[in-house]
Order: sequence, then C-alpha cells, then structure tokens
Amino acid sequence: MLTTVMLCGVGGQGTILAADLLAKVAAAEGLEVKLSEVHGMSQRGGSVDTVVKYGDELFSPVTDPGMVDHMVAFELMEAMRRIHYVRPDGRMLVNPRAIQPLPVLTGDLPAPHGMQAILEEEGAIFIDADLLACEAGSPKSANVVLMGALSWGLPFALETWNDVIASRVPPKTIEANLNAFQLGRAACQKGECAR
Amino acid sequence: MGRILLSGNESVAQGAWEAGAVVGVGYPGTPSTETLAHFARLPDVYAEWASNEKVALEVAAGVSLAGGRVLVAMKHVGLNVASDPLLTLAYTGVRGGLVILVADDPGMHSSQNEQDSHNYAAFARVPMLDPCDSAEAMAFTREAFGLSERFDVPVLVRSTVRVSHAKSLVEPGSRAVPDDQPAYKTNPAKWVMMPAMAKQRRLDLDRRIDELTAFSRETTLNRAEYRDTSLGVVCSGVTYLHVREALPDASVLKLGLSFPVSPDLISEFAEKVDRLVVVEEADGFLGRTLLAMGFSLDSVPLPTSGELTPGSIRQAFGFEPPPLREADTSMPPRPPLMCPGCPHRPVFNALRKLRAVVTGDIGCYTLGALRPLAAMDSCVCMGASISMAHGAELAGGMGDRPIVAVIGDSTFAHTGVNGLISSVYNAGTSTVAILDNRITAMTGHQGNPVNGITLQKRPSHEVDLIALCKALGIERVRVVDPHDLEAAEDALREEVTHEEMSVIIFKAPCALLVKDKGDPYAVDEEACTKCGLCIKLGCPAIGKNEQTSKAYIDTAVCVGCGQCVQVCRYGAIVHSGPACDLGGV
Repeated sequence: MLTTVMLCGVGGQGTILAADLLAKVAAAEGLEVKLSEVHGMSQRGGSVDTVVKYGDELFSPVTDPGMVDHMVAFELMEAMRRIHYVRPDGRMLVNPRAIQPLPVLTGDLPAPHGMQAILEEEGAIFIDADLLACEAGSPKSANVVLMGALSWGLPFALETWNDVIASRVPPKTIEANLNAFQLGRAACQKGECAR
Repeated sequence: MGRILLSGNESVAQGAWEAGAVVGVGYPGTPSTETLAHFARLPDVYAEWASNEKVALEVAAGVSLAGGRVLVAMKHVGLNVASDPLLTLAYTGVRGGLVILVADDPGMHSSQNEQDSHNYAAFARVPMLDPCDSAEAMAFTREAFGLSERFDVPVLVRSTVRVSHAKSLVEPGSRAVPDDQPAYKTNPAKWVMMPAMAKQRRLDLDRRIDELTAFSRETTLNRAEYRDTSLGVVCSGVTYLHVREALPDASVLKLGLSFPVSPDLISEFAEKVDRLVVVEEADGFLGRTLLAMGFSLDSVPLPTSGELTPGSIRQAFGFEPPPLREADTSMPPRPPLMCPGCPHRPVFNALRKLRAVVTGDIGCYTLGALRPLAAMDSCVCMGASISMAHGAELAGGMGDRPIVAVIGDSTFAHTGVNGLISSVYNAGTSTVAILDNRITAMTGHQGNPVNGITLQKRPSHEVDLIALCKALGIERVRVVDPHDLEAAEDALREEVTHEEMSVIIFKAPCALLVKDKGDPYAVDEEACTKCGLCIKLGCPAIGKNEQTSKAYIDTAVCVGCGQCVQVCRYGAIVHSGPACDLGGV
C-alpha cells in the first residue's frame, strides 16, 4: 500500500517543515517513507510543492498527475494549480487564502476569481489555517494547523504526531504548535462530517 | 543507532564522515549546499566554505597530498569552475582519498543550465558513482574514498535534486578513520605536472581507467535485476527508482558506477533481454556510451530535457495515464520574487529609472530581471557581470544608456574580483554595484569572505571592500545604504557619468537577517492617486486593487522597511495597526 501526500504553497509558508513532520510520523510508525522537496530560488516566494510518500515498499520520491491521495494546499492558487495531481477520489485540504503573485499585484494579469467554488465542486475541505494559527497563539503555526487537518483520516496515532511536533519545533513554541495541530485536526473532522 | 530520515546531501556527508574524511570544503550552490553544512556539524572534522569551487578543489588536493581524506561539494556549474584542477588531478591522482559531490539540477529548479556532470567524468577520466537515494548516497560515498585511494584517482559522486533534496530512511554507521599513510616523500613524477611527468601520468591514467573498467564488471555498485526479460532498461541514479515504479516488471541494469562502464557488463545484460533501452535525464550520456560500444538500443520518446518522473517514463513506453480531474485550473504564474524589505529592490528601482543596461550575476538579485523591476540585461555565470560590463564598453557602449554591473557580496568574492582586477588593469571605466547584503542569501544564508562568517564559526575577518578596491587602483569607491532610495539613485546617477572605474557598495543586511521588523504600513486611500510608483517596486506586500486601481498593502506581509514610503509623492503610505489582523484578503 502506497500513500502519496502533496503539500503545496508559496515559498516561505513552511511546507518543508510540515512535510518533515509527516515523514517523521510515518517513519516513527514503522513505514518506509520518502520526501522530495525543492530548495533554492523557488523558496523566495515562488510556487513550491513537497511530496511525501509512505508505505511498505516504495521507489520514486516524486509523483505525477492523478496519483496524489491527499493534497494539502497552503494557498488557493497553488491548490488550483495542482488539482490535476489529486486522484479523482483523493482528498484536498485547502487553506482558503489567496496570496497574489507578483504579476497580479502589479496589475499585469487579472486576479483569478471563483477558486473556492471550483475547489468546493472538486470536494475540497477548507481549513482557515491562518485564522486558527492566530487562535492557537502563533501566526507562524499555520503549517502545523494544516498537518493537524491532514492527520484526521491518516492512520497515525495522535501521540506520535505530538511527539514528533514537540521534538521538531523550537521549545518555546511547542505549546502553540500542539494547540495549532489540535485546532486543525478538529476543523477537518468538523468539515468532513459536515459534507 | 536506528534508522533516521536523512536527505541525500546529509547522507553524502555522513558517508564521508564514516569513511574518515577529516576535511570538507566546497562552495554553496543549490542543490548541493546542505552536504557541507551537514558535514560541518559532525564530530572531529574540519569544514570550510572556499571562495569558489576551483579554490575548494585545490584545497582538497592539498589535503589529499598531505594524506588526509577529503570531501568536496558543489553544484554542477561549480564543477565548471573547478574543472581546471579536476582535469589534471585525474593525472596526479591522490594520496588521501578525494571525493567530489557534484549535484546536478535537471529541470533547472535553481540553476542557469542543466548540464549533465556525467560528461565531466568521461572528459576528466575519473570514476563517477550515481546513488539513487539517501542510503546509497551514504554507502557509495563511503566506498568512493576507498576507490579513490585504490585506483589513485579523484572520485565524483553525482546526485540530482531528487537525490540531494529527497529524504529517506538510512542507518548511519560508525566512523572508521583509515590507518596513517606511509611518511610523505616528495614525488614530482606523480605530483608535478610538467610535460615530461604529465606524459607518463597520462599513460598511467589510461591504465587506471582500464583497471576501473574491469572493476565495473565485478563491483556490486552495478546491479542487474532480471524480471520479465522482454524489456531490459539501463539506468542510473534516481532514474532507477522512477523506472522501478513505472515499469515494475522490467529487467533493469542499474549502473551505480556510471563511468567507466565495462562493455562486458552491458553484453551480459543485453544478451538476456529482448529489447534494450536506456532511460536517462537531461542528456544522452549513457545512451551515447552504449551506442559507441556498438550495442543496438531501442529508443522510446522520452523527454530530452528536464526531469523524468514515473509518469513520463510510463507515457514514453506507451501506457495510458491515470484518470485525471477535469476542472479548469489555469492560474497566473507565480515567479519567485525579492522578499519584502529586500535591500536589493531600491537598487533595481533606481537602475530602471536610469534606463541602465545592467549586466547581472548569480544570486537573489537576479530576480531584478523580472517585472516590474525588469532591470537586468544579462545573467550568465558567477562573476560575469563585471567582465561583461567591461566588454560592452569596449564595443562602444549601449547607445545613450549607461552600463552598470551588478554583483552580490559572495559572488564578488567567488569570481567577480578577478574581473574587476582585469577591468582596472585595462583602464576600464565601468560602474560596478556590489550588493553587499552580508550573506550568501539564495542558497540559505552561508558565510563568505565579505561577511567573515566561517562555516564552523571559527574567528575570521571581513574583507574590507573599500580598501580592496582602492588597492586595485579604483579611486571612486563609496558605500551607500540602499534603503535610502534617494541616496541610492543619486550615487548611480553620478557614477555612470564618470569616465573612470567606480564601485558603489550597497550595504544593508538581507531582509531575512533582520529580526526586528518595523510596524507595517498601509495605504491611505484618500491620498492615493493611483500613480502606481509603489507598485513598480515589485514588493509582495503591495498590490493594486482591481476595483479602484489604488494601491493596498497587505499588513501581514509588510515588514515596515519604508521603501515604498519614499517613492510615494502623495504621502499616501502611512503606519497601520498590528499584524495578525486577518481581515478579508
């Protein structure tokens, strides 16, 4: 059994740390795991994605359109850009916030509209990660909120997540991050139950 | 120690450490950077960033001459810079094992080209190992040190983005420092490559490559996996993993040692399969190798540039793609951009206003080429900005437009200074802007000679750029704070009119180094006249309201640098309330 998770967003949003948490949880639960990310220029506000694959046996660290089981999008346009990667029966968790790319900010290109409606049509669950992160006590913990949302529906023990988060984030922020995780998890549970 | 999650880069460092490497040296470059950064954190090693890759490899040659095992790390284009020592170190060979990690970037995620470093192995006649994942990166690097000493040759370990920046589980081992070498004796026949000695070493290199070719027949670095023998795929590196996922039934010859390759190894595999296909990224290196040996290859329509994936391989072999969602999701592109508060921004804003022809260089500031700043005319390789500006002037200039070379602090120390010496020597009259943001930023904040921060935080000192320029003979040198937009523009306007060499050092720390953010700004809609000057800064915090065409500032993104306040002629940019107010974006 192979599971493919894609985390996507804007360079600097914390996709790399979030992917690291997921990979460490899968490893702690005794699975094989691979993670593939891109550093360098795209991390300066460009479009980024990180892929985590786990299972009993796996080969390639990258994925293809139509192969992603769970997509976690930190931003609306980045979710839209990669919808075709998600299996028709795959799950999409989306932070319903738009970060306008430079060509839109400058007025060179129009801002896309109606993204939420299209994503909703495609079955996305919206998790307002920025809002929940502020609620959790740290606006920077939006990535951990989204991992909390992702965790709902993955077969990993809550304790494993908490241990990995506590060992990976700065000591002063452990409490805020654990809160953020819980809020994201609860929001996803609520969102999926509401469907 | 159990299994831990390590990137390919970290695993190369771990493998080198286990093999007893005592020194690591390199120059940062995506996707290689974390290799040396990780090595530097391991116990009982010395590690340093060199000013460039040629220097790094020469330092390593010295370590090897003195009998120590040494790891060198660089990106693919770095090996161009280091190719001069490499091609002769193949002749001299080594004393202590010398292993070079070269990280390629097929698909050009963060590079100016996608050259395949396999060609360097064949060109220099040095062996190349091609790990496919972290476990192999660790094991192959460990083995590479032994091979280097056994065959008396530097060894290249080639990775790609999907090895370097992929993480998987590995089981780190312990460190085994090899026994001391016999006492050093001067050996000019081996180490002094004057023609008489080099001629002998050239013949000796052929012998060493012959031995390595024979070794390639027997080594477990190479592996034939027989499954369905109707298709046999030859591949190396991470492509092996893509092939295994894409074509699980195919027989595979995995070349862990991709140069040199024994024709006998290929023959044995080719004879057992009906159809022989090479699958590789970015270049046709393995394919050409096999064709030159006389093997008939079946060709499939693989992409000839960029990265492969399991899906692109399946497509090339005629498999149907999986069902896809059909939503229309075309989106505006999201190019990378300078951070809010970036000190490079005002320099490019001024250069645009000057209509300058800007010869650029490699670093975050290359983003100054993108709209709306759109103030860069060329970017070729590290250091080219200064030499190209000189050349453009030799051709009689660029009409009525001034020429300005723009280069970062680390890139200046890398190879920019060489060009500057040459320009001054030849009575050049260029204007050079050194963007000293106190760090090597794009690769993730490494130290460099200009900021004096060393890899293992040993005491050092900063290069005095003013004194350096003056010592070269440049009279017109000044330091300007780029956050003062008027001063930045005035300095450029003045220097481009002078018929002599001038250097402006724009000195201000990278925005990501500034921990104390200022209060964010906001736009006073009443005062905004829609002039668009603030938008032209290309700051990710500033946008144009689609309905009103007035500017707005995203307070969650703004770092309060105040650059936009200085361009607004109407006083419309004012301090706002605190961040974490997530009103409707």
